[in-house]
Amino acid sequence: MNILKFIESFTDDNLMKSTSSRRDSFSQFGNIGKNLALASIPFGLSAMANKAMANDITPTPATPIGALQFALTLEYLENEFYAMALDSGVIPASENAGRDLKVFQQIADHEADHVKFLIAGLGGTMSPNFVPKPTFDFTVGGAFDPFNDYPTFLALAQAFEDTGVRAYKGQAANLITTPDLLTAALQIHSVEARHASEVRRLRGLKGWISNEERGAGMPAATQAVYAGEGVTMQAGYNTASLFGAAAGSEAYDEPLTTQQVVDIANIFIV
Amino acid sequence: MKNEVKIHEVDPSLDSRRSFLKLSGLTLVTAGLVLAGCSDNDNNDEMPDNTLPGIKNGIFDLGSGDFGVLTYAYALEQLEADFYTKVVNAANFNTTFNDIERQVLTDLYHHEVVHRDFFKAALTGALPDPSSQLLPSLAFSYGSLNFNSRNEVLATAKALEDTGVAAYNGAGKLIKSADYLLLAGKIVSVEARHASAIRSLINPNSKDFAGDDVVSASTGLDVAQDPSKILPIAGGFITTKFTAKYLP
Repeated sequence: MNILKFIESFTDDNLMKSTSSRRDSFSQFGNIGKNLALASIPFGLSAMANKAMANDITPTPATPIGALQFALTLEYLENEFYAMALDSGVIPASENAGRDLKVFQQIADHEADHVKFLIAGLGGTMSPNFVPKPTFDFTVGGAFDPFNDYPTFLALAQAFEDTGVRAYKGQAANLITTPDLLTAALQIHSVEARHASEVRRLRGLKGWISNEERGAGMPAATQAVYAGEGVTMQAGYNTASLFGAAAGSEAYDEPLTTQQVVDIANIFIV
Repeated sequence: MKNEVKIHEVDPSLDSRRSFLKLSGLTLVTAGLVLAGCSDNDNNDEMPDNTLPGIKNGIFDLGSGDFGVLTYAYALEQLEADFYTKVVNAANFNTTFNDIERQVLTDLYHHEVVHRDFFKAALTGALPDPSSQLLPSLAFSYGSLNFNSRNEVLATAKALEDTGVAAYNGAGKLIKSADYLLLAGKIVSVEARHASAIRSLINPNSKDFAGDDVVSASTGLDVAQDPSKILPIAGGFITTKFTAKYLP
């Protein structure tokens, strides 16, 4: 099926090293089976994982504790992803005056802090509210090679950070009855947004999301992260009226539901 | 064995209370670092939440409750929108900034003007009597700020964006309506994306996009501040007098 072809093309070395061939290949994929793949499969890759899904996470309850547990699982994912990347040496140390390595060391430090903070918030590892770290496979059964191929790593980093921003936003209402927890979640939420903005720039994109575009070079399979970002009506006000739809949609980040985020996260959980 | 992310509620009230207190303790430590030296009026219980915005004793007051918070946000967005309008219309904009910088600043101008006009429209539609309760268009002064100086403009933009993030982060807990809370959430992450972008322009090959001066190196938390801490900062640029007697 076309998805197989897409996976092959995405992991192809030449593809990742050449911007022009990458663009060609992605647009080719777009022509073949994007709509089919995206309509039926979140993140496009679930079918590839070929997993029993026995360890998949399930949506947390719409409660303050549920929101913290949900956030912790996402932070586990980000924390492990960046820790593994730093260990692997995939992040270039000297290019751009060392910018990339400095950026991802800082992001990794923050994600590690968030894990610690949320575990403490849930009452510690012995608390009945504590949730353990799932087992992650960032290669998704070998389809991705983020710890050897830097462009793949960057693409997943962008997807995770932009997902994080949308995920925390989707939990805000669950924390409205617990002001201090809400504030802490907002304080993490804006850090994820700072991260997302910077990772997008490292990939040559604007720091904000135009319409529901995943951005140049992002695999079509990541479109689930951007679906629904193109909203231009906010509380009855048309944000496109002054400067057009791109600017209007950029000015607002949209939430993802718990289920939408769970579907994305489960692709990387074995 | 499933790794379910869900509550194992033994005694929900007890457990959530315990967790709440623990996190609350951590938050207080953070707040202490950020707000060192400030006496914080955090006692929301004494704040009435039903004071509508409007003229009180001859001066417009932002009010309290959701309308108060939205009006507060409207004031801050007016400031940001005015600032970037002046930035992109400055005589030497095209020579002061390079292509990438102009792109960023023009985007920020668009976003902040959209935010401002959004709040004006939303408040006009929601306030019981907008003719007396809608915050008027404010006047601004930037003192000796040179809008044709790259360094001065970017430094001011950084301060405004970081302040915006801290303001929304601090105001979230004051919002009662889930719909308004979500709207504030949709905006604050864009402000944080802006802050990161401006910081990157100022110091590109660094960790400043989420620097230790705004994101605590011990907790990984961004700044959150009450209106009483934000308004004196923003007020430095706002020449129209108003009060915020009913916001913490």
